[in-house]
Amino acid sequence: MTWTEGAWRFQSLRRPSVIPGFGLTFGVTLLGLCLVVLIPLTAVLARSALMGSAAFAQAAFSARALHAYGLSLSAALIGASVNAVFGLATAWVLVRYAFPGRAMLNALVDLPFAPPTAVAGISLAGLYGATGWIGRLLAPLGIKAAYNELGVVIALTFVGLPFVVRTVEPVLRDLASDVEEAAASLGADRLQILARVVLPALAPAWITGFALAFARAVGEYGSVIFIAGNMPYKTEIAPLLITIELEQFDYGSASAIAAVMLAIALAMLLTINGVQAWAERFAK
Amino acid sequence: MSKPLYGATEDPVWVRYGLIALVVAFVGLMLVLPLIAVFAQALAKGLQGSLKALSDPDALAAIRLTLMTAAIAVPCNTFLGVCAAWAIAKQDFLFKSVLISLIDLPFSVSPVVAGLAYVLVFGLQGWFGRWLEAHDIKIIFAIPGIVLATVFVTFPFVARELIPLMQAQGRDEEEAAVSLGAGGLTTFLRVTAPNIRWGLMYGVLLCNARAMGEFGAVSVVSGHIRGVTDTMPLHVEILYNEYDMVGAFSVAALLCLLAIATLVLKAVVERLQPQLTNATAPQTAPTRP
Repeated sequence: MTWTEGAWRFQSLRRPSVIPGFGLTFGVTLLGLCLVVLIPLTAVLARSALMGSAAFAQAAFSARALHAYGLSLSAALIGASVNAVFGLATAWVLVRYAFPGRAMLNALVDLPFAPPTAVAGISLAGLYGATGWIGRLLAPLGIKAAYNELGVVIALTFVGLPFVVRTVEPVLRDLASDVEEAAASLGADRLQILARVVLPALAPAWITGFALAFARAVGEYGSVIFIAGNMPYKTEIAPLLITIELEQFDYGSASAIAAVMLAIALAMLLTINGVQAWAERFAK
Repeated sequence: MSKPLYGATEDPVWVRYGLIALVVAFVGLMLVLPLIAVFAQALAKGLQGSLKALSDPDALAAIRLTLMTAAIAVPCNTFLGVCAAWAIAKQDFLFKSVLISLIDLPFSVSPVVAGLAYVLVFGLQGWFGRWLEAHDIKIIFAIPGIVLATVFVTFPFVARELIPLMQAQGRDEEEAAVSLGAGGLTTFLRVTAPNIRWGLMYGVLLCNARAMGEFGAVSVVSGHIRGVTDTMPLHVEILYNEYDMVGAFSVAALLCLLAIATLVLKAVVERLQPQLTNATAPQTAPTRP
């Protein structure tokens, strides 16, 4: 008895090394990560660090660049907010209701993951342009939906659409209905249950989905450039500014702007991880 | 008691139909209409015009390059993704959460920044630019750069799909296999692979769709040489900027068909999954009936 107990304890302590392949898989992962991701991104930071702070500030925080960050961030925020609302509704409909065409709707949600962003860009530009199917309807109302800020928001809403749905959906599915029934049996009405039981349980996934959609939208390039009009100080997004600097072979300025974008991306990543860690604590 | 219970756990009918209508309208407006518009524009001059645009030599070269890029990038990332998932889900080590975050990094980095990063490493002014030029190796504005940029952008897809799946499955089965004397590779092929094959397939499908459709990163490193370093998405841009709408939307429609095929395959995989996991014979163990 004591021997088996001891052996079991020994086993459970040594658990990490029971399954082989740590050296190989960890090594390959780390090597791939360094070669493909970390070393190239370090090159961006190194290049912008070598510029000197005055030149860096001039390139990264010029009026034109500041406007571009502002547009990228604010349009991404609006797009992600629209997706947060409609994504939650979509996840709710997909999980809670049975209706004809649900499988179809479920498959369609993933659509922005699949086709190239450039295709989405030309298609949206065609639709919302003054002669497009939707643009034609909006024109008499005095709304211009392409080649201005609204066009940027539309494109960024498109690319972020699946994120909220796909992060909220599994949590909603796992949310046992007996919790709701318990709340109901204790006398809560529907709105109280939604506000006090369902929404708090969904909150971490909802915020994560919002942050993912936001992060994706801030860096988006392909779908935006066709519908934005790309006018400096007006509808020029930050990634586009990088390509413009590159076309002029001004690698320093391009790196400076890219370093700011990287900082935003890292901040988003930390936020998402923080929310997920909080969600795990919340789940326990 | 039963009536308030029903009212408290189910939505009223008008809410239900209202929400469904709202969601269908939103998805229809944002996703279905753009898709229909692509095909409508591609077929504006009939199927003949569309096919003629696709059989243009530059378009064919773009299709070939896109398929080749995906054929290199997807297996690379599949291997890396399986290794990463094995290390993270089946092993314990310090700073695991840091590694997971780093794997996710390409998701939130702008593709344009990724392209720029490769230009700074391999371009003429870059770290290895002089050396590469002296040895007559072209990476930037050539096919290797396009492949590298694609690998960067699609890096997390397979790993991201497998890590939660393998973590949820636990380590018991692998430990049992190892305690019975199986080696690492045997354990993976006979025990782990049958358990993760659907997740793996899903990850590969997503990875492939993104690899074929990547625009921003590839656009920076490609150099846009028609017929040589033009992938399908880049070819769409060139034709669009030349106001060749039928051509641009024909190539776009072909990309959309690839995307739809991916989604259909994914739906089929999801539908097959519960049936096949109950089936007795895993595909990777042919010795069993």
